[in-house]
Amino acid sequence: MNFKHKYFFLFPGLFVLIGILIFPIIFVVRLSLSGWNSYNPGLDYIGLENYIRLFTDDPRFWESFFRLSFLSVTTVILQYVIGFALAHMVWKDIKFKRFFRVLFLVPMMTTPVIMTVIWRTFFHESLGPVNDMLSIFGVAPKWLTDPVIAKFTVIIVEVWQWTPFMFLLLLAGLLSLPKEPFLAAAIDGASPVRKFIYVTFPLMAPISIGAIIIRLIEASKIMDTVYVLTSGGPGTSTETSSFYIFIKGLREFQMGYAASMSFTYLIIMIISLTIIAKVLTKLLLKE
Amino acid sequence: MKTCLTAIISSLMIFSPMAYADKWSDQFPHIKATGDIPGDCSYEKMSKKNYKGKTLKINTHAIPVMGEPTALHAEQFEKLTGAKVEVTHTPAGDLYSKAMVPFQAGQAPYDIVFGFSNFINDWKRYLAPVPKKYMNSPEMKDVTKSHMGVSSWDGTMYQYPVDGDRHYLKYRKDVIDNPEMQKKYKADTGKELKVPTTWKEYGEMAKYFNGWDWDGDGEKEYGSAEVMKKDDLMFAAFFSRSVAYAKNPRTPGGFFFDLETMKPNINNPGFVEALTDWVEATKYVPPGGTNFGLGDEIGSFGGGQTLFSFSWDDAFIAAMQDDSPIKNKVGAAPLPGANKVWNRVSNNWENQYNQAPYIVWGWAVGVAKKSKVKDMAFDYLCFFSNGANHQADLAIGRFGVNPFKNSDFDPNIYINSMGWDPEIANSYTKTLLDMEKSNNRVFPLRVPGVFEFTSAVATGTSKALAGQLSPQEALDEVAKEWEAIVSRVGKKAVQDAYAVGVKMEDNKL
Repeated sequence: MNFKHKYFFLFPGLFVLIGILIFPIIFVVRLSLSGWNSYNPGLDYIGLENYIRLFTDDPRFWESFFRLSFLSVTTVILQYVIGFALAHMVWKDIKFKRFFRVLFLVPMMTTPVIMTVIWRTFFHESLGPVNDMLSIFGVAPKWLTDPVIAKFTVIIVEVWQWTPFMFLLLLAGLLSLPKEPFLAAAIDGASPVRKFIYVTFPLMAPISIGAIIIRLIEASKIMDTVYVLTSGGPGTSTETSSFYIFIKGLREFQMGYAASMSFTYLIIMIISLTIIAKVLTKLLLKE
Repeated sequence: MKTCLTAIISSLMIFSPMAYADKWSDQFPHIKATGDIPGDCSYEKMSKKNYKGKTLKINTHAIPVMGEPTALHAEQFEKLTGAKVEVTHTPAGDLYSKAMVPFQAGQAPYDIVFGFSNFINDWKRYLAPVPKKYMNSPEMKDVTKSHMGVSSWDGTMYQYPVDGDRHYLKYRKDVIDNPEMQKKYKADTGKELKVPTTWKEYGEMAKYFNGWDWDGDGEKEYGSAEVMKKDDLMFAAFFSRSVAYAKNPRTPGGFFFDLETMKPNINNPGFVEALTDWVEATKYVPPGGTNFGLGDEIGSFGGGQTLFSFSWDDAFIAAMQDDSPIKNKVGAAPLPGANKVWNRVSNNWENQYNQAPYIVWGWAVGVAKKSKVKDMAFDYLCFFSNGANHQADLAIGRFGVNPFKNSDFDPNIYINSMGWDPEIANSYTKTLLDMEKSNNRVFPLRVPGVFEFTSAVATGTSKALAGQLSPQEALDEVAKEWEAIVSRVGKKAVQDAYAVGVKMEDNKL
């Protein structure tokens, strides 16, 4: 067989890679160097004008980025803690173990947009059932109209929707752990807490890092929840980077500028997630 | 014998439309109130067309507002003509981009695209002008001058009129006209309870009637329902509140910009006063009211939750539907005015009463220039707005179809076919008609990149409503953004387009 023939078999995969990954990135970069908008469609060349505008004259982009960082880090930490607790619970021999395993996965199986519409109805301040019930205790939080509380409403919905994903990864991790360290700890008379701190948690560290990074990548793209729940409001208090890019690109049709924001955002995310992964690895895999 | 024959023939002639009415309304219950109404695109005429084997693709709004009548008339059109009609429903915020992306790529995935009338400047190069045969039809001749203007650009019509929009005040007539409430209000505030003619009066009354059960239904009621949700048409609500303070009939030459310099007026004291009022309004809306979109506003006022509301007709129509708890308990009136108006030339307040109608943008629809079934597309649109469909659609609040024909201002339509109280029907039609006659109207901003301008207003005003910025700071930010947009788009391009709107506002077109 001619050695060169093997390249022939690489072509299909290569074409797909170029089509769905390389070409879009190159196109976004080229688009970001153009002034494409609703009245001037086309790839004219305007140099780094969009990037200069982004770095010198658009505080809203950076505000939305820091807001996103807060929302994604908070939601992922909560998802990790709750997901780990639930996984740990059904990992053990409890009654209706299989039922709970399926039940905890239900939120993830629902369509995020539809569920957010339902959550929006729940949190509706004059017609929703949440405030209706809370009115018994004389409280009526402004779930969607207070700039601070609205952020936590977004967090609640995100945590509810995506904790099952964390639960699934961590449960798979727990089920794959070796039994010997736990037997050794039991022989040594370790309490459940010590067993968790010194055996379970360290053994779960590699899986935890993977799960956290995967969820951080996903959480950094948070868009549908914000779009449906608050439209980025009140004011700009729940506006995230992806929602802001959406507004500039597909609402205002500033395609060139939105492309420059997308590309900048991609670079920032690659750098920051790489750093986070390294830090987590150092912290959790010391030995 | 001759007399008898004449009588029979006369009877047949007189009742022949009724015969059609029975025939078509049996098949299509939607038009049961009127039956078919003769015209160029009536049910009778459409049934003679044969579009078998052809497909019409439509992108319209989500159900119900405009999406429901689009789908309903598509189904009727299919039955009548044999055509296949595919309807895609899209949220309001995405209608613009869903059409623009393929337009700019030189494609026409949709033959008909629904959007808002203020898209006209960006869309017109991709739309087919309305053909002469439709322009000359009696139905089109019935469209009001304002709405012909809104659908056209420099004399060419690109958007087929299917809806007419303006903002006006809606109020609970059973409360405002109630002598006991009037007495109570007078005793508590020292002021008269009447239909508010200024925004300050509106605010005072709304605040007084906020948070207690004033209609005795066991539920708390509130002052006002308004569209305050960011990016959900809120900028239009802000302009409705601004016109009283900032549209001065003695300073022609631009409401949004100074046409000569293209300097934004948006942060002048007139607009700031309006935004200050609006921030105050957050105290008298129902819980969650600052997150109300149009649907919430319709549901809130239409469901009897608030004393006042102002925006499109839909909330009023919803309140007047048969299933409404407040049918025949609501009234329509012009938008409140103000006891002072800003003069942007002398930079002073003029202490005199001012009121200005806002002929706000509304639903608009066009046929793609690259469509291969343009004839069928225009026939569909003509059918959509034919006499029978139009009258039936007007009666259903959630449809979002509002008066835009001169014949719509006949109160008998609403009294006879919709069961409205004559006094309410008269006040409704008079309110709308007076707006058509006013010489101090404001028309929507229709310049290139309009979405950038309105999006900046939504962001700025929502920051003020959320307390992130003061009204002046928020509007300064909007003005700065508007200047940047003008500079990006090109001053000349925006100025030329804006001049067309200014001509309409200055009654020169």
